[in-house]
Amino acid sequence: MADPVITLRGVSKSFGTKPVLREANLEIFSGETMAILGGSGSGKTVTLKLINGLLAPDAGKITVLGHDVSSMLEHELIPLRLRVSYLFQGGALFDSMTIFDNVAFPIREHRSVSRAELTERVTELLQLVQLRDVEPLYPSELSGGMRKRAALARALALEPEIILYDEPTTGLDPVTGRTIGDLIGSLHRRLAVTSVIVTHEIPFVTRVAERIVFLNEGRFVYSGSPRRAASEGPELVREFFVAGGAYAG
Amino acid sequence: MATARVLPAGAGVERRIRLVREWAPLSARARPSPSATASRRCIIDKVIDSVTSSKLGHSLVTLGGLSRLAGQALVRMVTPPYQLRELLRQCDRLGAGSVNLTNITALFTGLVLALQTAYTLSAFGARLYIGEVVAMSLVRELGPVLTALMVGGRVGSGIAAEIGTMAVTEQVDAIRSMGADPIRKLVVPRVWAVLITLPLLTILADGMGILGGLLISVFEEGSTAGFYFQHAFRLMTFHDIASGLSKTFFFAFMIAVIGCFNGLNARGGADGVGRATTNTVYAAAIGVLVSDFFLTKIFLSF
Repeated sequence: MADPVITLRGVSKSFGTKPVLREANLEIFSGETMAILGGSGSGKTVTLKLINGLLAPDAGKITVLGHDVSSMLEHELIPLRLRVSYLFQGGALFDSMTIFDNVAFPIREHRSVSRAELTERVTELLQLVQLRDVEPLYPSELSGGMRKRAALARALALEPEIILYDEPTTGLDPVTGRTIGDLIGSLHRRLAVTSVIVTHEIPFVTRVAERIVFLNEGRFVYSGSPRRAASEGPELVREFFVAGGAYAG
Repeated sequence: MATARVLPAGAGVERRIRLVREWAPLSARARPSPSATASRRCIIDKVIDSVTSSKLGHSLVTLGGLSRLAGQALVRMVTPPYQLRELLRQCDRLGAGSVNLTNITALFTGLVLALQTAYTLSAFGARLYIGEVVAMSLVRELGPVLTALMVGGRVGSGIAAEIGTMAVTEQVDAIRSMGADPIRKLVVPRVWAVLITLPLLTILADGMGILGGLLISVFEEGSTAGFYFQHAFRLMTFHDIASGLSKTFFFAFMIAVIGCFNGLNARGGADGVGRATTNTVYAAAIGVLVSDFFLTKIFLSF
């Protein structure tokens, strides 16, 4: 297997008296689509934020693309953040900006391009996520699914090597959720990125993920393919799959 | 008993993490050394806990965070890249949007001040001096302070609510995750906008207040406009105007930074945004009134 692009070694993180991660270990390999499963509040989102350097661990070492993010300062993280995109749960589009400005934001920030090139690139990105003629609209004028797709276009703007997805299908109707799932799958195949997906939507996992890891009581307790996890995983993991309706029928 | 002691201590760590470490990342922050041993962390946490879990300690931590943000904003305010488009947008929203509020406040303050002054001075047979009292009070003190209080309420809370909503909906994290600097993007344009517009609003307010005094002087006291203006500007010097206006720069910086700080530290949804907004109005008002005393004392010594 390829070298890991993300590693967590003995990572602990607490909020107040509540430990979220306890000396957790994890390896994520180049080019794979991996889902982090676990109950609500088990620390899935915290793991993504630690990988992106948005949170700092209390202890342990996190390496991303060969850089030790746990010891880097905010300004040192910038070059790495251009290579690692983050799709936030609610999309986190800027309310005060149009969709065009939202998608153009990272490009304007880090690349010097002409207005024409920028327009072309933004249109191309929006087409990639199957959005058309939404450039002048504000996020509040779009549906939940469209907002997620626009946020995905923004996350893809700098051609990242790794994309961190935080609950990409939560809160969407099943059909829209499926569309987003298919979109993530096709992006993964076309752009050959490493995808880390935090979710608890089992049907989505079984369709998109090549591997799952299961987070329980602050540790990654299981790693394997979704099909193997559903049939041979520990009881806790199998229950998760059964309750989530995996491979039903 | 032991449990009772542990819980607040933990809460202290939570506050420390939230206010000092996780947020501070926007500049030079020291991350915990991964090699630090658990026992060393435990001792350090206990020491910091004992300080931060007290009310005074928490206030000091907040004050520290506020000062750090002020410093970070100051550095970025004078270094490129500049966000001119965003600055103009903020000047329009924060400054131009406050004109009616501050002008109405100043006009009625001028009216009331003239009425009260006329009543008081009549006891000494000195009603002629309404102009001097009204103009000097407004230009030196009431104009800057009342305008700052109004702007502190409207603009400070608006900034806290907007940035607070961005913080709780992960938009601030989104800025960071895209390799941009939230202080440069959000704080700097707002601080500059309030810094530019508050003195202008104060000048307008001074004018409106003096106009209020004129209305009472002419329609209530039977004086003439020429007589009123002659008296209003008779004793006024450049120093009077400058001392009043100088304060507004300080007030403006304070209001904007307090609003931004509370907004950036808002957590936990609508409730957190509400708290950030309320805290901003409270802190801005107290800050303006307390600092006004010290600034006045300093200006009077020159």
